[in-house]
Amino acid sequence: MTFSDDDRARLGLRESATFDRTTIAAIQRAAETGVYDIRGWGAKRPLPHFDDLLFLGASMSRYPLEGYREKCGTDVVLGDRFAKYPLRLQTPVTVAGMSFGALSGPAKEALGRGASEVGTSTTTGDGGMTPEERGQSKHLVYQYLPSRYGMNPDDLRKADAIEVVLGQGAKPGGGGMLLGQKISERVAGMRTLPQGIDQRSASRHPDWTGPDDLTIKIAELREITDWEKPVYVKVGATRTYYDVKLACHAGADVVVVDGMQGGTAATQEVFIEHVGIPTLAAIPQAVQALQELGLHRKVQLVVSGGIRNGADVAKAMALGADAVAIGTAALIALGDNDPKYAADYEKLGSAAGFYDDFQDGKDPAGISTQDPELAARFDPVEGGRRLANFIRVLTMEAQTIARACGKAHLRHLEPEDLVAVSIEAAAMARVPLAGTSWIPGRHNGGGF
Amino acid sequence: MTTRFDLTRTSLREVNQALHADGLDGEFVIERPFGAHSVAVGVNAPVKITVNGHVGYYAAGMNQRAEITIDGNAGTGVAENMMSGTVVVKGNASQSAGATGHGGLLVIEGDAAARCGISMKGIDIVVGGDIGHNSAFMAQAGRLVVRGDAGDGLGDSIYEARLYVRGSVASLGADCVAKEMRAEHLEELGGLLKSAGFEHDDPAAYTRYGSARQLYHFHARNTSAY
Repeated sequence: MTFSDDDRARLGLRESATFDRTTIAAIQRAAETGVYDIRGWGAKRPLPHFDDLLFLGASMSRYPLEGYREKCGTDVVLGDRFAKYPLRLQTPVTVAGMSFGALSGPAKEALGRGASEVGTSTTTGDGGMTPEERGQSKHLVYQYLPSRYGMNPDDLRKADAIEVVLGQGAKPGGGGMLLGQKISERVAGMRTLPQGIDQRSASRHPDWTGPDDLTIKIAELREITDWEKPVYVKVGATRTYYDVKLACHAGADVVVVDGMQGGTAATQEVFIEHVGIPTLAAIPQAVQALQELGLHRKVQLVVSGGIRNGADVAKAMALGADAVAIGTAALIALGDNDPKYAADYEKLGSAAGFYDDFQDGKDPAGISTQDPELAARFDPVEGGRRLANFIRVLTMEAQTIARACGKAHLRHLEPEDLVAVSIEAAAMARVPLAGTSWIPGRHNGGGF
Repeated sequence: MTTRFDLTRTSLREVNQALHADGLDGEFVIERPFGAHSVAVGVNAPVKITVNGHVGYYAAGMNQRAEITIDGNAGTGVAENMMSGTVVVKGNASQSAGATGHGGLLVIEGDAAARCGISMKGIDIVVGGDIGHNSAFMAQAGRLVVRGDAGDGLGDSIYEARLYVRGSVASLGADCVAKEMRAEHLEELGGLLKSAGFEHDDPAAYTRYGSARQLYHFHARNTSAY
């Protein structure tokens, strides 16, 4: 017989806050296997996040827009600082970098289909550009990673933008990881690796170190592509204020800041949960850096890491982002963690809503796998339709909030529209605690 | 026909743009580079380019098909990510020479600094002199030939690249071991030396190094090697 929570309470069984059941299971797993836990997804611990912010809708002192009458613009231009052909997107909700290898070919195709349908961009990953992805993506951002797997000048010229990746929110300071189960013949060929090995990507770029070198590297990429493509620089959120300033000095057109809730296909659990800072804490640092350089809205800021709905989109933009990127939410929209596969998840020792073993390549939904039979479960056309629907909903939800705040364009949202419901969120987001004018950490804070 | 550019009179942008023209052919000479970065990058044509002088970072980066000679020293990342063609550095090369290269031949007649051939993916590199530390780090494929000595950590975390060193190796990196020189390796090395203009070297005087393939899968016992 298994006790319910009520039974335990009646019996006076008290769970340790320090050694809770999850912690005990982790210790037991480590003792049994002798290997650290590797998993996908992003940080799962509770963190101050967008839910800790609220919008101040219009009333007497602000004038709202008519919800179903007046236009609220959503378009965004990314990369017009130096590039001849910046990206012109219909929605500020973009799709983050996810590799072919981590994801199946059909899943990558679906991301391209969905993004293209709503006029936004998708992004390659650590493993190169596939023809399917290029073919289905109207706006494709090509990642330039430390591993340089599959990197070649032909694909560089085919890309619509180049994203120099210094890190990602789930593992700032760490390289990619793809376990042998997913190194299929095609993946191995694209990465010039032996089939079936546990692949470890480099964490540092092989031919430059430090921001001065990055300046020269970006200039080289521009020379190779005749200054046509926007160059993004992506950083995992840590010392964001300094990183954003240095990226701007290095010549970035766009800076991408990925908070610790951002997903990964495979990383050590300890890394995911204990390295990096929350998305909410990173945005104001990035905006401050851009403002001090006089480059806010000139070098665009793309924020990722835990964007789930239109409120998150609107809040990120109100804090100063020009656009957002979705990764985990995009996979869920495609069908990841779908309850219809509940029995399959249980066979893998997981459950729908909890599945994060993207590293194993056994994804019942056929998304994070290279197994042809599992991948065949996934329909890229239907997946693309679902992703397009999801991005439309995010965009419409953000518009709903923007109109309520009296904004005729999403980019008009501003920090003044926000308050926080916790002291931590107020301090991180640098907006007042609701009902007060107190921004913790501000010298002029205090009072009502 | 030979086209000449003087980098003190023509901008780097104009030179590289000219070298990216559709249907490019002929020969090109770039004079007075004075350490400029990104000289002759992204060329994708079977042309001959000579750079008379020293160059900065990333000269001949991502080269495809061109035969590029640098009559001087080269800065960091010469011929980085080269796909095909030939790049010859008559002097010395700085760090990360031939980094991540997928194909083609890079010849450095002098010495190469640290990280030579880092993450190489199929390129062939022949160095006339010595190479610095951490060369061929995570080298995936291709061949690296060193006529002199190699610094510390040679071939650390190497995959399937083959390394040939004639002189001493200060130390080998994780999972890199000396291997037997079989007939096919002597033949392969002889061909590489000949291609690089060192056909009088005796391949038998070289030692081959490659992966022990002990770190291809995660194991708790390998903690100190990771």
